[in-house]
Amino acid sequence: MRKILSSDTIRLLIPALSLTILLIAVFYLQPRAMSYIGLNLLFNLAVPIALATIAQMLIMTVNDLDLSMGTFVSFVACVAATFLQATPALGLIILAAAVATYAALGVLIHVRNLPSIVVTLGMSFVWGGLAVLILPAPGGQAPEWIRALMISKPPFVPMAIIASITIAVVAHFLIMRSSFGVILRGVGGNARSVERAGWSILGARAATYALAAVFAILAGISLVGLTTSADANIALRYTLLSIAGVILGGGEFTGGRVSPIGAVIGALTLTLAGSFLSFLRISPDWQIGAQGAILIIVLGLRLLLNRLERREKRA
Amino acid sequence: MTRLASLARRPWIWSFVAALTVWAVTILFTGGASTVGLSQAALTFAAFSILVGIGQMFVITLGPGNIDLCVPATMTLAGTVALKFMNVDNSLILPGLIVAIAIGVAVGIGNYALIKLLQIPPIIATLSMSFIVQSTAIWTNRGLRIKPPEVLAKFTTETTAGIPNVAFVALVLSVLAFLLLQKTVYGRWIAAIGQSIRAARMAGIPVDGTRFITYILCAVLAAICGYLLASFSGGAALNMGSEYLLMSIAVVVIGGTAVAGGDSNVPGIWGASLFMFLVVSMLNTYGAGAGIRLIMTGLIIIAVIVLAGGRNPNQR
Repeated sequence: MRKILSSDTIRLLIPALSLTILLIAVFYLQPRAMSYIGLNLLFNLAVPIALATIAQMLIMTVNDLDLSMGTFVSFVACVAATFLQATPALGLIILAAAVATYAALGVLIHVRNLPSIVVTLGMSFVWGGLAVLILPAPGGQAPEWIRALMISKPPFVPMAIIASITIAVVAHFLIMRSSFGVILRGVGGNARSVERAGWSILGARAATYALAAVFAILAGISLVGLTTSADANIALRYTLLSIAGVILGGGEFTGGRVSPIGAVIGALTLTLAGSFLSFLRISPDWQIGAQGAILIIVLGLRLLLNRLERREKRA
Repeated sequence: MTRLASLARRPWIWSFVAALTVWAVTILFTGGASTVGLSQAALTFAAFSILVGIGQMFVITLGPGNIDLCVPATMTLAGTVALKFMNVDNSLILPGLIVAIAIGVAVGIGNYALIKLLQIPPIIATLSMSFIVQSTAIWTNRGLRIKPPEVLAKFTTETTAGIPNVAFVALVLSVLAFLLLQKTVYGRWIAAIGQSIRAARMAGIPVDGTRFITYILCAVLAAICGYLLASFSGGAALNMGSEYLLMSIAVVVIGGTAVAGGDSNVPGIWGASLFMFLVVSMLNTYGAGAGIRLIMTGLIIIAVIVLAGGRNPNQR
């Protein structure tokens, strides 16, 4: 570890390392997972979680938090399994309206200086209610094209891996390499100086929320593609999973310090943790608990590496 | 009029105004037939939200990022273990309460140990902890539904002088919390930490000790709530805490406590808890379905925060 590694790289190193260790452990426990089909099965459900994590990360970039992520993804899943399947045009209009709602929320939160936690908390009831109205009982059917896309089998590399890498790369360029992304992270870091430099924070917030909605919509659609039908409670876990994924991937709650690649890796790690535990034959009682333990261990590792980093800086 | 004006400036007044309005609208619809029943039900169910809300309020007062997501899991674990310990035996009611409180203390210590030792943000620390606590609850419960001791079940479901007993419990604990916040050094300390943790540290306030106590306090209140709720509903269920996660945050914020910390408000939690229950029962009386009810609840939360919020432009 010389000067070659920037602190951003080190931040990325820990999530990558934990993912690798988990993967090795899974392969050791179940060598048959080391195949095309095995990998696809392991990471299939990570795709919607990764998309939701990127959406949450966008909101966290501007120092906000979205507590309605899970219900919103469920709502989108319900729309995708009903309207988008039966009447695609109407489905698209509904989803566009959802994006507009998110942008309006960004404006509202900014203009009235509201705590994002509370506004999104309220919205979580609204999305949940809409989802129940659309699908009172589990049902619906996934549109053919998304089903075909999610179960497609490209040569050599499984779909789940390709999708995850694509998500990471697209998000990376959007947030870390584009001027739009720089403004976003600037708003999280120091909103006042961004404003003084002549950019509209209002616009930036609205755009962030809209973009987050787009990613969350993709999450809902891809989830339906995997499950083939939807349910109003299908993705409630995503709120907490997405926050945990961002933090696991090296992001922070404040200051615009986020890492899109890390977030995707975080989502993959969380998904893999579930499979790892079932391979370990841990009693189902303790599965959730062990997931918590893995979260704690990874974050403990991060603390350790951060300390090393600081010591090196001092030396 | 000046008294009225100063009353209107209190952040908690709005939640009471809202609760009273909703109460009146519901009563009007039924022509006054349900006045007593509705009020008693509102007080009973609000009491549970108040208990967890007060704990959450202490934590939120500590400043941005402080939130306890472990509340539902703590409630479930405390309820399950306490009922299992008491095993329908009336003589074990008090020891059972002590068991529940001990679980709260243990969870609180665990939460703060993660926050402090591993320097994990409180949201993630309490989230990870809640996974572990929930698993422990699943492991101890094993799908069994043990009934509460008869005397305890009677106590939690009955009323004294027309007022539900659990509401009295909530009242006593609220007064204690109010005194703790307003009259003790500890209360000043958590407000100071919430306003500026650096300034508090420089002023010589024992920041770590205060935060430690606060997380324990929140977990203990959640545990007591779980103990009472499990006895009230005739047994502990694994999902009995789930709706209290969002509820505990919602009542704190609607009650006028600053989300950015440093400014807390006990009376507001009463108004907000009554309001949250009454909204649901109002929509029920008007025959709204589950979907409409959820949407209305959400819109009302947002409307309240838009009207009452934005007081302090410097805070998030």
